[in-house]
Amino acid sequence: MLWINLTGIVLIALIIWWFWLYKEQSIRIAEGSLEILVKDGIYQPSHIKIRANEERQIVFHRADATPCAEMLSIPELDISERLPLNKKTVISLPRLPAGEYAFHCQMQMYKGKITVQ
Amino acid sequence: MLTETRFIIEGASCASCVNKIEAALNNLPRVDRAEMNFAQRVVTVIGDASVSNIIEAVEKAGYKAKLDDSDSEQEALDEKEKADWQYYKKLMREMAVALSLGVPLMIYSLLVGEMTVTTNTERLVWLTVGLLTLGVMFFAGKHFYVGAWNSFKNHSANMDTLIALGTGTAWLYSMVVVFAPDIVPLMARHVYFEATAMIIGLINLGLALEIKARGKTSEAIKRLIGLQAKTARAIRDGKDVDIPIEQVLLDDLIRVRPGEKISVDGMVVEGHSTVDESMLTGEPMPVEKTQGEEVVAGTINKSGSIIFKATRVGKDTALAQIINMVKRAQNSKPPIGRLADVISAYFVPVVMIIAVISALVWLNFGPSPAVAYAIVSATTVLIIACPCALGLATPMSVMVGVGKAAEAGVLIRNGEALQTASKITTMILDKTGTITEGAPKVTDVLLAPGQNEKQVLMLASSIEAGSEHPLAMAIVESAKAKNIEPKKVTQFSSIAGQGVEAKFEEDTLLFGNEKLMKQRDIDISDYIEKAQGLASEAKTPMYFAVNSSLVAVIAVADPIKTDSIDAIKRLQNNGIRVVMLTGDNRSTAKAVAEKAGITEFVAEVMPEDKANKVAEYQSMGEIVGMTGDGINDAPALAHADVGFAIGTGTDVAIESADITLMRGSLHGLADAIAVSKATLTNIKQNLFGAFIYNVAGIPFAAGVLYPFFGLLLSPVIAGAAMAFSSLTVVTNANRLRLFKAKEH
Repeated sequence: MLWINLTGIVLIALIIWWFWLYKEQSIRIAEGSLEILVKDGIYQPSHIKIRANEERQIVFHRADATPCAEMLSIPELDISERLPLNKKTVISLPRLPAGEYAFHCQMQMYKGKITVQ
Repeated sequence: MLTETRFIIEGASCASCVNKIEAALNNLPRVDRAEMNFAQRVVTVIGDASVSNIIEAVEKAGYKAKLDDSDSEQEALDEKEKADWQYYKKLMREMAVALSLGVPLMIYSLLVGEMTVTTNTERLVWLTVGLLTLGVMFFAGKHFYVGAWNSFKNHSANMDTLIALGTGTAWLYSMVVVFAPDIVPLMARHVYFEATAMIIGLINLGLALEIKARGKTSEAIKRLIGLQAKTARAIRDGKDVDIPIEQVLLDDLIRVRPGEKISVDGMVVEGHSTVDESMLTGEPMPVEKTQGEEVVAGTINKSGSIIFKATRVGKDTALAQIINMVKRAQNSKPPIGRLADVISAYFVPVVMIIAVISALVWLNFGPSPAVAYAIVSATTVLIIACPCALGLATPMSVMVGVGKAAEAGVLIRNGEALQTASKITTMILDKTGTITEGAPKVTDVLLAPGQNEKQVLMLASSIEAGSEHPLAMAIVESAKAKNIEPKKVTQFSSIAGQGVEAKFEEDTLLFGNEKLMKQRDIDISDYIEKAQGLASEAKTPMYFAVNSSLVAVIAVADPIKTDSIDAIKRLQNNGIRVVMLTGDNRSTAKAVAEKAGITEFVAEVMPEDKANKVAEYQSMGEIVGMTGDGINDAPALAHADVGFAIGTGTDVAIESADITLMRGSLHGLADAIAVSKATLTNIKQNLFGAFIYNVAGIPFAAGVLYPFFGLLLSPVIAGAAMAFSSLTVVTNANRLRLFKAKEH
């Protein structure tokens, strides 16, 4: 039983680490056009990094028919856009101060973030 | 599936450019086909190439390209419905496959009993069933597993994760029992293939029904989009030509016959008719339209034939703006939904941890066969938890509520305005144009001895012609009605909240209220009583002096709108404190307020002080709504907790307003508050339901009731509950569609 309990505790620790404590390796600041593919339950890439105080456009390409993928929301920027299936939708970002801006679908099944540096 | 993307091309001036652009794009990797429409300067690219690669290729060919995401609303809606229908059919197919295995297994388990593995024959049979279940998992549940794996790689978890883990655990455990029964205690040698197949089938069914129900939540926007005409009858080279609405240009002359739809916004240049604007404003009475008056796209010409000049086309029409505003508001989230968002962000990993703890508790303290109980409880916890119901609770209700408001001619800017409107305790109403018609008329002209009415009205209309105040316009109109034309004045200046002054030839003209006259030491003592008498009849008396001598008192009255009294009563019956705000003198204000059924009023308020008055009420702890015309009252509207702009059908999306009432009636105000209250109640029901479902369901699934009542939930029941919990939220939101504001 000891081993089973230990395995369970390790499993819990892994869940906490993997989903909450894990820090991504640094990603490059994106240059040029940014395109995010909405497919198979995720945004690809789900984390993008852009420069502060630069107007940028992100193209969302929805290739996932599930209704969950339909709405894109960037709550802090008050952006909420419907993504038509198999089409590319341009989201224009204003000049942003440094910080992290989460984006997700209506039910938060799809999650991503924009790091502004 | 290949993606079709359209780009607008700049710089293509000849047909040969088409070949050059098409060749440049067709040579790109990941482009299946590129076709250019030269007339529209649009190239359609079919393939997976990135937007930047396509734009770069076009630029290398010597042109410019930009992504065109300007599908018409109708096209976008049709495509969405088509995509939803395809996805619905796919889910139903998958559901049918999953249940065709799950249901017989379920019946077998109910009729025959435990599905255990004890003999080699049973092993062989269950191995076959296990492989069939694997097939079901692959065919009908692939999207859950792919989604879960992708999310996992991204360090995030969602509903797919829970379903994949739940069904995967049940299947893997069953396969262990089949392949290596010896490592599992004898009593725990059950297989749970039926649970895996049933859960996948039921969740697909739930998702399919949810798509159907979701479609109904956007009926209001569909109706608005449906109002758009597809063609217009333009007069070109003296001939009537039917053209697609996209081809209507500014200043085109459009002919509309009785019963036809107005295609774009414009101004009537010929003819006379009545137009039904109820679909936009909620105002049931048709509106008369003659030369010089505006017509709005989407409304219906009723009685006569008219020709109008297009003044706003495409995305600039009032209807297009309404659709845009409603769509944005439907997608916005009121603050009440934020807690659900925070919970959703942590929900799935927490459920996974609860599942592990639950399994450990069963393994440590559970009865025999503890392994089986542990597996069942962990699987059930994973399956019953429903983050989707939480995520859907707020947006679905907002979608229906905002749409419902739009149907009543009420445009709500965002979710926050919707939520705050439901909590308003004090409603401040501007008098002119809000409670009253906003079209005052001259009722009395009291002349000083020796004065001539015609001369007085000429001078009065001359000075007032420079003012945009509704009272000034009444004087100008009254003079015009008597064929008196205003003359040009000089040195015109406006004294805020008091009046105007100007020079006419050598004479100094001063027109305004009692305060202004007293400030300029003009003797009005003989007229104060008479003026008060007029004010007590809800008329606004104004003094007119020439060269510092009073020449006349002119009274103007602005009739109260026919339904203002009823609408104000509706607000008061809802426990809202109604306050009238006006620049009028106290006596007039009192008389108007009494007529309108308002007991509290603030008179002689300068335009710039309106915002301060709003702040005063806010400092008393009131949640203040301010209703005005959206132009003169912009600062007060912006200062209020919710600013309501009262429009006239075409004045949509007034910037300073949180909520725009497209018809002039104050019933729109009461409707807006009623619909926001109903929506908030609906959101609360949804959130409560979703919270309670998870808070009660997860411990039940973990087996907290087992020690007391011997109750342990089956994973199949959990799957059904989970599948229908989201559906319940969407269905409850759809109940809002039945909401009807009561005009009494």
